[in-house]
Amino acid sequence: MNAKPVPSELLTPGADGRFGEFGGRFVPETLVPACEELERAFNDAWNDSLFRTELDDLLREYAGRPSILTECHNLGAQLGIRLILKREDLNHTGSHKINSVLGQALLAKRMGKKRIIAETGAGQHGVAAATAAALLGLECKVYMGAVDVERQSLNVFRMKLLGATVEAANSGSRTLKDAVNEAMRDWVASVETSYYCIGSVMGPHPYPFMVRQFQSVIGKEARKQFQEMCGGTDPNVVVACVGGGSNAMGIFSGFVDAKTRLVGVEPAGGAAVGRGTPGVVHGMKSYLMQDEYGQVQEAHSISAGLDYPGVGPEHSYLASVGRAEYPSVNDQEVIEGFKLLARTEGIIPALECAHAVAWIAKEAPNIQGQTVLMNLSGRGDKDVAQMMTILGDELD
Amino acid sequence: MKIATHNPGALETRLRESRKLGRKILVPYITGGLAGWIDAIRGAAANGADAIEVGIPFSDPVMDGPIIQMASEKALRDGATPTSILHELRSVDVDVPLIVMCYYNTVFRAGHDRFANSLRESGVVAAIVPDLPLEESAQWAVAADKALIETVMLAAPTAPDERLPRVIDRARGFVYAVGLLGVTGERAELATTAVAMATRLKKITDMPVLVGVGVSNAEQAKQACSVADGVIQGASVVRRLLEEGADSVANYVAEVRAAIDSPVVSKR
Repeated sequence: MNAKPVPSELLTPGADGRFGEFGGRFVPETLVPACEELERAFNDAWNDSLFRTELDDLLREYAGRPSILTECHNLGAQLGIRLILKREDLNHTGSHKINSVLGQALLAKRMGKKRIIAETGAGQHGVAAATAAALLGLECKVYMGAVDVERQSLNVFRMKLLGATVEAANSGSRTLKDAVNEAMRDWVASVETSYYCIGSVMGPHPYPFMVRQFQSVIGKEARKQFQEMCGGTDPNVVVACVGGGSNAMGIFSGFVDAKTRLVGVEPAGGAAVGRGTPGVVHGMKSYLMQDEYGQVQEAHSISAGLDYPGVGPEHSYLASVGRAEYPSVNDQEVIEGFKLLARTEGIIPALECAHAVAWIAKEAPNIQGQTVLMNLSGRGDKDVAQMMTILGDELD
Repeated sequence: MKIATHNPGALETRLRESRKLGRKILVPYITGGLAGWIDAIRGAAANGADAIEVGIPFSDPVMDGPIIQMASEKALRDGATPTSILHELRSVDVDVPLIVMCYYNTVFRAGHDRFANSLRESGVVAAIVPDLPLEESAQWAVAADKALIETVMLAAPTAPDERLPRVIDRARGFVYAVGLLGVTGERAELATTAVAMATRLKKITDMPVLVGVGVSNAEQAKQACSVADGVIQGASVVRRLLEEGADSVANYVAEVRAAIDSPVVSKR
């Protein structure tokens, strides 16, 4: 048995920005004052009832919260479990990213910033950032790996339509990791006027903490809704996909103090927790896929949103103390998961979420009769063109 | 003005001596493992460099602009590793102090003590770790001090006045004044922040103050040296090594040397 102490509540990192040994603020000196200013501004806003009311109003009237729970009767019966989805895919812009972006964009305005910078993998965070910028009258620049610009062209167009500028990152692996590098370089140069709107529970303190707080609305709602649906009980298992890990932290945050098994599903080609070692990149200490010299390795995943060699530091912490587990699934299993949810429930999941579906299908024999709550963090519309080339002939 | 209380190491002693003689300090930056890099070090040392900064290439260099990114990627593709670079440095016999620039994951992955000792064994006397700010530097600083590696600290234009003395307190070798808001790379003009930053630092410390990031040619080096004790030249050196080879680096270092040595001529 694991003898390590298991946290019974969510951590609030102290001044050193740590979750256990993970996290911190490993940024160029130029950005240190900006991170400190942001930390003060966020704490101030988060404790200000006017800010919270403004954010709650936007989440309700603009994003469409609360998102509903949907029980998957067909797939549940097929797998021998009770499967319930938290429908973040039904939010405005089609994913959970809007939760954090609305909070961060409001905060940017409160801090007097006129421009926001964002990085994006699949384009969901970029679209959400462009959306919030349009709504709140902010200039928006989105960095996206050149490979992702190619495979997510629909989202690129969407961002442009919303008035954002999209810049392809052509360095390194030309995916999410390199988009983060470019966004950070922009921020170093524009820190006095720009707000860096990070898309996940990653980066230097206070970002991992702040983004988790903004995403915790998922877990808070889900726990209450689940108890109403299931006679006051908590789920046996909560499952979410993990790239940087914001949707997973959002739903986990509601269940850390419950007797619920927490499962974050990583892509086999980007399994930072599963196969990584502690390292420091993008401002944080966390599990990282790297070589013996500390060079960051390129991730390879069918889903652009999970194509990231690192992971948010709080996940590293939850893994290190044994509170959450991080299995991985391969691309072929993901494709099957994608089809499975579409065919049995009439719901096309984002490829990211198809990872969670794939793990549930694989794990089903071991969890017969249990209740499983899965965070369906995004819808699959953005992936249809890519899947058409993969599955096209097979479906005829 | 705060007088430094630590015992100056080899780099700081050398730079203070130069300053005492009225000589401005020139530190070229060269990406380790890039074709011709050893010859470039020798050429720079022979043509007026006071110390040389050797960059250990990293996969994700967030403080670097396109030129040094390109050089890093190229060196990595050619198989450069921290071990191979430090190994090759052992055999470089130049009469100027060697400084290593590396991102923190290179240090963290190797282990603080092990990395500090490996620098020492390679004849390196100082280190610059651009993504390791003061608040995260304690573990490295202990290991570096023990191995007699001087840790250069960066001071940025965004730092409020109360922060600078704390950064300077932890600095060894020299204080690296970040010349502008932005990443490394050549600019048409020297940013006004370069001289402003040097002025702020010179007012409060007797440590050598060198301006780097965005000091792009001999003329700009001379401008920066009107206040600063010296300059670091990065992208302008690396671009020459990439495009023209080591001889071009030697010529360029000689050109910058001549510029910062020449007396200031009034423009009136």
